[in-house]
Amino acid sequence: MMWLIFALAFWAGAWALNAALARSRWRDTRVVRIAVPVLFGVTLLVLWEGMVRGLGVSPVILPAPSVVAQTFAASTETLWEDFRQTVLKGALTGFAIGASAALLTSVAIDRSAFLTRGLLPIGNFVAALPIIGIAPILVSWFGFDWQSKAAVVVVMVFFPILVNTVQGLRETDAMQRDLMRTYAAGYWHTLLKLRLPAAMPFIFNGLKIATTLALIGAIVAEYFGSPTRGMGFRISTGVGSLSIDLVWAEIAVAALAGTAFYSLVALAERAVTFWHPSQRRR
Amino acid sequence: MRAALPVLTVLAAILLLWYLAVAPMNIRGALDLAERSGRAVTPETPLARQDVSVWRLMAQNPGQIAAAYELDRPRLPTPQQVGGELWKTTGEMALRGRAMSKRSLIYHAAVTLRSTLWGFVLGTALGILGAVAIVYSRVVDMSLMPWAIISQTIPIVALAPMIIVLSSQLGIEGRGVPKAIIAAYLCYFPVLVGMVKGLRAPAPSQLDLLQTYSASGLQVFLKLRLPSSVPYLFTSLKIGIAASLVGTIVGELPTGAISGLGARILIGDQFGTPLAIWAALLAAALMAGALVTLLDLLQRITLKRMGMQA
Repeated sequence: MMWLIFALAFWAGAWALNAALARSRWRDTRVVRIAVPVLFGVTLLVLWEGMVRGLGVSPVILPAPSVVAQTFAASTETLWEDFRQTVLKGALTGFAIGASAALLTSVAIDRSAFLTRGLLPIGNFVAALPIIGIAPILVSWFGFDWQSKAAVVVVMVFFPILVNTVQGLRETDAMQRDLMRTYAAGYWHTLLKLRLPAAMPFIFNGLKIATTLALIGAIVAEYFGSPTRGMGFRISTGVGSLSIDLVWAEIAVAALAGTAFYSLVALAERAVTFWHPSQRRR
Repeated sequence: MRAALPVLTVLAAILLLWYLAVAPMNIRGALDLAERSGRAVTPETPLARQDVSVWRLMAQNPGQIAAAYELDRPRLPTPQQVGGELWKTTGEMALRGRAMSKRSLIYHAAVTLRSTLWGFVLGTALGILGAVAIVYSRVVDMSLMPWAIISQTIPIVALAPMIIVLSSQLGIEGRGVPKAIIAAYLCYFPVLVGMVKGLRAPAPSQLDLLQTYSASGLQVFLKLRLPSSVPYLFTSLKIGIAASLVGTIVGELPTGAISGLGARILIGDQFGTPLAIWAALLAAALMAGALVTLLDLLQRITLKRMGMQA
């Protein structure tokens, strides 16, 4: 009971503090902008911990965050092995192959207005499909190891990147292209110096969407068979064998990996498209 | 309709590529089958064939290529086979009056559709409420918004098996509720982020104008903020419904599910009936296409009647 009261009190206190901070005159400073969401996240964890302990929830149903943290610390080796299998081998390889294939394809079809008009609606349509369902087929084609996961990821990231790149390559206006012509720039020069840079914000938009898709694809494909390692494998077997704390630790790793991956792409975007209005510092 | 010809051409090209790919993908299976039924194939044993490339196999056994298009359990079925299987499990069963039997895909699609729509409605409602709270309360904005953005970078689907276990432990019968929760969860954040953008779309000058009319807060919300958020809402609804469907299907994948398109995919995988997987996939794709198209249509009609036709 103590735990429950403490958690609720902490919640109320943190919320009041957040409300005060949000109304205070430091509300636009960097520190407060970071502190408020962090405090909110910590509150959620405390509330979770308090509920689990206070209500005596069985660890088989929902382990407390502290238990998950202990498991996390105790099984870093397993987690690292799974991370390497799923993220570094499956997701990243697939992401690299899929992204390069999509970029090359879009540059290739971009030369033909006919193909572009035909592929854009189809690409948009395919990007909305539950592509994840092809995972069992690709697993049976490419075997249980990471190659099949990479294949799923390739298919999943291909169309969002393709659609965005094709759209981005159309971004330059006639004036800019005419200027390149007056410089006597050929197709490749125009592509490299004008159209690809102008398409970069769109390409990065596609890449950012694809980071999450890549992880989802790699994890879910492991539900259909994998060697005895990998995050998806650990999650599905952990659920079966009721080692739920390990599952939550894997989920934490997946969340961290997703955020880190996304931030890396976002950082690269800032470096490449520093000129774009959306990147200007306020 | 200017786009119809290019789209059809590309579709035809894809189908052609698919047909061409069937022969090399299936030639090994076809040769195994032919060998077992006593016909002469070169090389003669599966072991010897393993090291020969599919192209050489096709060149050496031109008579068996046709068989590669008619396997019962192909690695890659032809579009025709997939369409046939889909028809056999939907239209044909419906004609015989057994549309809702457990062997028909219509039944499974209905199960999936129900969870998808429940999750979609739930996620959209929560997303809109959350967006209103964020727009009107600074505290909620500052604490929730960063998490909403971060959560988009997280592979939330990894949670799916957990949610199913949790709800079965809590004594919730069946799969409907946990699947809807997963779908709602996936649909929540796109709607939230889109609606926040939409509710903040009015320009300061428009807000000022309403102030000069001495409009109340509720009136500003109903007459300015809500209408101007509608285009954003529809854009996120289209993302949301696709996400809901993915969530539902992933929710049906972990072992134990028996109904729903995701379960059909899983069962097809376990029993080695690729045609069932492909038919379920095609059904899921058709469903996603229909749902998104429906929302697109709704968007056009609504925006037209509101005078916001883009």
